[in-house]
Amino acid sequence: MSKIKVEKLTKIFGPRPSTALRMLDEGADNATIRDKTDHAVGIADVSFEVEEGEFLVVMGLSGSGKSTLIRCLNRLNEPTRGSIIVDGEDITKFDREQLLKFRQHKISMVFQHFALFPHRTVLDNAAYGLEIQGVEPAERNERAAESLKLVGLDGWGDNYPGQLSGGMQQRVGLARALATDPDILLMDEAFSALDPLIRRDMQHELISLQERMKKTIVFITHDLDEALQVGDRIVLMKDGRVVQIGSPEDILNNPANAYVERFVENVDMSRVLTARSVMHRARVVAFPNDGPRTVLHKMNEENFASILAVKRDYTLLGAVSLEKASEAVKAGAKSIEGLIEEAPSVSPDEPLMNIINVMAEWRYITPVVDENGKLLGVVTRTALLSALAESTSEEGIDASIATQEGETA
Amino acid sequence: MNFDIPKFPLAHIIDVALNWLTSNFSFITKAVSHVTSAAIDGIVTALLWFPPWVLIIAVAALAWRMAGRRVAIFSAIGLLFLWDLRLWEPTIQTITLVLISTLIAVVIGLPLGIGAALSKRTSRIVMPVLDFMQTMPAFVYLIPAIPFFGLGAVSASVATVIFSMPPAIRLTALGIKQVPADLIEAADAFGSTPRQKLFKVQLPMAVPTIMAGVNQTIMLALSMVVIAAMIGAGGLGGEVWKAIQRLEPGKGFESGIAIVILAMILDRITQRIGRGSKTATAK
Repeated sequence: MSKIKVEKLTKIFGPRPSTALRMLDEGADNATIRDKTDHAVGIADVSFEVEEGEFLVVMGLSGSGKSTLIRCLNRLNEPTRGSIIVDGEDITKFDREQLLKFRQHKISMVFQHFALFPHRTVLDNAAYGLEIQGVEPAERNERAAESLKLVGLDGWGDNYPGQLSGGMQQRVGLARALATDPDILLMDEAFSALDPLIRRDMQHELISLQERMKKTIVFITHDLDEALQVGDRIVLMKDGRVVQIGSPEDILNNPANAYVERFVENVDMSRVLTARSVMHRARVVAFPNDGPRTVLHKMNEENFASILAVKRDYTLLGAVSLEKASEAVKAGAKSIEGLIEEAPSVSPDEPLMNIINVMAEWRYITPVVDENGKLLGVVTRTALLSALAESTSEEGIDASIATQEGETA
Repeated sequence: MNFDIPKFPLAHIIDVALNWLTSNFSFITKAVSHVTSAAIDGIVTALLWFPPWVLIIAVAALAWRMAGRRVAIFSAIGLLFLWDLRLWEPTIQTITLVLISTLIAVVIGLPLGIGAALSKRTSRIVMPVLDFMQTMPAFVYLIPAIPFFGLGAVSASVATVIFSMPPAIRLTALGIKQVPADLIEAADAFGSTPRQKLFKVQLPMAVPTIMAGVNQTIMLALSMVVIAAMIGAGGLGGEVWKAIQRLEPGKGFESGIAIVILAMILDRITQRIGRGSKTATAK
């Protein structure tokens, strides 16, 4: 059973939504409804499910209804119609008491502009949710301190939020949300107010936190790069309606309509594709007791300027270059053991953009290894470039090259 | 010029209503008046029992704690000067009336302000009443106060409370409404009850604004207490009133300047309350 099941959820803003609802069912668009009834459509018939432990990203431009949607999930916005089933219970039917309990224990939220309480210390901010639950001061301070430690703010508890940088303030926001140990974390454009470098750090940290904690996360963003970076699945929204739901790959490869396509064509593919998607199996490798002549032969066969040296169990040792091998042949060496140079390696999940950086330093093929150092495959320059060329439109390549230059400069 | 339209008997209606109220309820208000006036006299007598320099040191110490050294020195010198002018007793009377009126105004005004901030309906009732209270010339309140509370300090403080309460209400409401929407959302998202939200988020964040309102209330109370001398409230206003009746410009200015000094001391001390928390929060 899924953790959250949203069914036909509709939110109309205004005092008398019934006319607007009828027009919606008759297929009227948002502008018509607004003109005729003075009611705004927040979201219309949105349905999706979130699995336990899943990282779901809801993405869309401003005005697409994503903020309205996330606020319906804890009823900061009261849904007009439809149901939200969490753990088998329809939270839209909850009375006041049940709703408070639900918000106190099961779900918490991180806000775009942090929304920290400026009159409370960092520790007291983190402890807020526990305080509301009625947890005793000693226990809640301890748990809040743990939560701060989790987000890397150990020792900052006595400061006030105003004394912290934006990135640190949002860590406090995250610590506050995690302190109550909720099942579900709602993140409303949580990193959008941060500058790009800090944002990337926070994304990485959130992913690694998520790997440990396995919360169910609903994350809102208007930034597709961010969505692709953090999301297990993405819900794409436009005008309060769901346009497409799928994994990042699905959305990139099969955009549901022109709207999604337009979004996707500006994506920096070098951040999305990983080593796994472009690597080849290493057809030839050198073993330490191979003679230089054998190795030279293997290289010529593949027309490579270098070859990777591995142990019998395919643990990567390094690389042997064409020049060194031919020198060794002339010198009459028996094995290649002295010729092996250390080679940089990447993991299969490494984004292409990082591999580009590695390749800038390393002239030869780049080995891809698993966590035990065993060779899984290789990435060649040709493979990398053609992968980028295939999966990106002309504009996309230009954009990605532009970002590359921008970042290396 | 001849007007054939009969005059609307507004004055008559108000007189009749007030007469009815006085004849039916003045026994309650008179009782309240006796108790309050005894309390006020008691406080004044108690404060006058201390030698002036003790109180001057106490006020200076208080000023130092709340507003810093400069205000402390200024307060001490100002009060010494009042003492030297032989105005110590009226000064104490005035301060007592101001503080009592302010206390009552805040005790009534704070909940009203909270109510006005949280409920549209309360706000719709309270705000026009406040407009009325603030625009009505101050001494008009003095006239009906007398039949209810008699001449003297109690009538003066009743009129003062009415006159000085609006800023306490308005700024309390403003302070609470000014709390940023995302902080309210955050409080709600964690399942705060309305009461928890009020006491843990809204009120603490409104403190600087509320204190600005209290400061305004004190200043208005002081100006009203002076006017209230006309109905026998005594104090520094009484000295001014006497000087007017006897045409003694020197004495009049002496007391007038004393009021200004007192106003500055009260203002400087109370202006800083609530700033402390603000500096702690804003960087």
